[in-house]
Amino acid sequence: MTDVRDTDMMGAEVLDESLWKIRMRLLWRSFKRNWALFSQSKMGVVGVVIVGFFGFLAILHPILMATAWKGQEAIYDPVIGADSVIVEKTVVTEVTDPSTEMSFTEAMITGEFFPEEGMIIEVPIAPAPPNAKHLLGTDPFGRDIFSQLMFGARAAFILGVIAATSAVVLATVVGSVAAYYGGWMDTWLMRQADLILLLPLLPLLIVIGSFWEIGLWQLGILIGILSGLGATAIILKSQALSVKVKPFNDAARVAGGGNRHIIVRHIIPNVLPLSFLFMMFEVTGAIFLEATLSFFGLLSIPMSWGIMINTSHTQGYTLFGLRAWWLLFPAGLAVTLFAAGFFLIGRAMDVVVNPRLRTR
Amino acid sequence: MTQDMPTPNGEAAVKVENLRKLFPVSKGMFRKATDFIHAIDDVSFEIKPGESLGLVGESGCGKTTTGRILVKLDEASEGSVGVRDQASGDLVDVTHIKSKSQRKEFRRNVQMIFQDPYESMNPRRTIFDTVAEPLMVQKIGSIPERERRVVELLNLVGLTPAESFLFRYPHELSGGQRQRVAIARALVMNPSFVVADEPTSMLDVSIRISIMRLMLELADDLGVTYLYITHDLAVARYMCNRIAVMYLGKIVEMAPTEELLQRPMHPYTRALLSAVPVPDPSYRRPEVQIKGGVTKAVNPPSECRFIERCPFVQDVCSSTDHPPLDDRGNDHQVACHLVADSGEWLGAPRAELDLRS
Repeated sequence: MTDVRDTDMMGAEVLDESLWKIRMRLLWRSFKRNWALFSQSKMGVVGVVIVGFFGFLAILHPILMATAWKGQEAIYDPVIGADSVIVEKTVVTEVTDPSTEMSFTEAMITGEFFPEEGMIIEVPIAPAPPNAKHLLGTDPFGRDIFSQLMFGARAAFILGVIAATSAVVLATVVGSVAAYYGGWMDTWLMRQADLILLLPLLPLLIVIGSFWEIGLWQLGILIGILSGLGATAIILKSQALSVKVKPFNDAARVAGGGNRHIIVRHIIPNVLPLSFLFMMFEVTGAIFLEATLSFFGLLSIPMSWGIMINTSHTQGYTLFGLRAWWLLFPAGLAVTLFAAGFFLIGRAMDVVVNPRLRTR
Repeated sequence: MTQDMPTPNGEAAVKVENLRKLFPVSKGMFRKATDFIHAIDDVSFEIKPGESLGLVGESGCGKTTTGRILVKLDEASEGSVGVRDQASGDLVDVTHIKSKSQRKEFRRNVQMIFQDPYESMNPRRTIFDTVAEPLMVQKIGSIPERERRVVELLNLVGLTPAESFLFRYPHELSGGQRQRVAIARALVMNPSFVVADEPTSMLDVSIRISIMRLMLELADDLGVTYLYITHDLAVARYMCNRIAVMYLGKIVEMAPTEELLQRPMHPYTRALLSAVPVPDPSYRRPEVQIKGGVTKAVNPPSECRFIERCPFVQDVCSSTDHPPLDDRGNDHQVACHLVADSGEWLGAPRAELDLRS
């Protein structure tokens, strides 16, 4: 055996590959292994398909605007576009089918001052039911529902990513720091979390919304802060506590690592899997909150699923039953499915993150 | 087994003096703690360069705490811990390290091998990351140099071919292999002093001996000084030049290995030795002489710590303070009122004791 004390550091290369390439390969390998675990659960696959579908819609919108709907922005723009669908209606005394017949009074309102029985009048209608030009019909202002739905998907993704990322980054750091340092730092951060938990989220956002204009980004960051310093921080702190007591932290300290080294290299990497899991649940919460706030009309967002429902409601179509179903159903279903998709992914990721839940 | 390393000037590589560690028992937010666990109480010892000292005792006697203070994972309450600096040759007081450069130098000199090879490695880092961590933290060498150094160390601890181990994760290795990695990590900085906290106790019996042999070989080759913490006298006998027996935060007996095993003087050491299993079915075990369990070390009275369990108690034991650790010849130190300066036993003879009970 050689005395390693005196060996010089110069010599032939040990590895013919650079370190980061090897790390990338390791990362890819662990990703494949985790995907194999993940795809075992049907829930997760369904979730990925749902989220993928909405992702497709979100990408489809700008593409359609640039190609098939080019030059027709006045009609298909989700916010300022408008189209009046012309329908021929027969004037009758007794109206049995309002979509093809109209009464004398209605005929006079359209400008036909001397209507006769059997007369055919062309009238623009909005909201118009689904037709070849508007796949999901139009809203009360004549805007294309399908275009709004796709635009709303993009808004949902942007909001979800901002809210989830900011919440989880904050919560991971706050949780790890509180768990690692303990003492006053822990007390301060956790009492702060308790305080935030005490605040009712929705009324708080309504109050904030009345003072400042809240757009997508602002809402995402607000949700991120409120959740990242609140509930999520407490959960991730508990995980960090269980990592903190592992002897590898002592080993790192003996190796010469300081507090920051231990938190960044040893505690956070072991909390991250759980953080990713909570990211998924965070998206669900953010989408629901956005829909609720938009429904109350408290956000300054050009178009979202919540605003579509709000439009349907404020224009008086919500209590119309199924007569104007295309106003309510696509948006409501999208919110539900989108949130459910991320929730299902989160549940399936639970199995990857938590080895005790594995069936094999 | 015995390493007769040349001892420069005969000076100690590690010198612990009057070390004391108190843990507060109940600490309210605004209340000052009044009760303390005396985990280590006035412990002094020296380790010569290249020597390995075994620290033996039952659980809760403070041996791991001693080790943790020596590597500065815990702070001492009182006393001094001197570790000889490799570069300057001076004895540096660990308890008074303040500056960053001093701490850095200390971390190069002193390393630790942990008990549990399954928990002492971050499961999300590769073997390369784990072994190269000290180099990375202290910013030594470029990446290819670190790779070369890690490969060298892995070869040294018998993980060959080293290249195939570099980018595995700890869960892909067996317990013995992991402990070899832990040894490689401890040695990557060329430390002069290594604290080994029961490095073989979590391993399968069949691989213990190979790990112990490896540690001895490396000690020989690299001149590493060990503090070997264990509860197993057989392991201590194999690994150590000298053994110190701890009981409730005090060293009760300290002597060269064979001297201690052949001529145990303290009643506690004798009880420990009588509890060592003997591979002979016809062997009749002498009765374990001590009674009861370990007493709590919360605000212990000043008299001998062993008084509650000692079968030989005399008036002198309860009327005077805990006996000092005195040399009884042959470098054999004992802390017991009933051992004469010549090493002669003054307490009740064995037979009399049997009659009494």
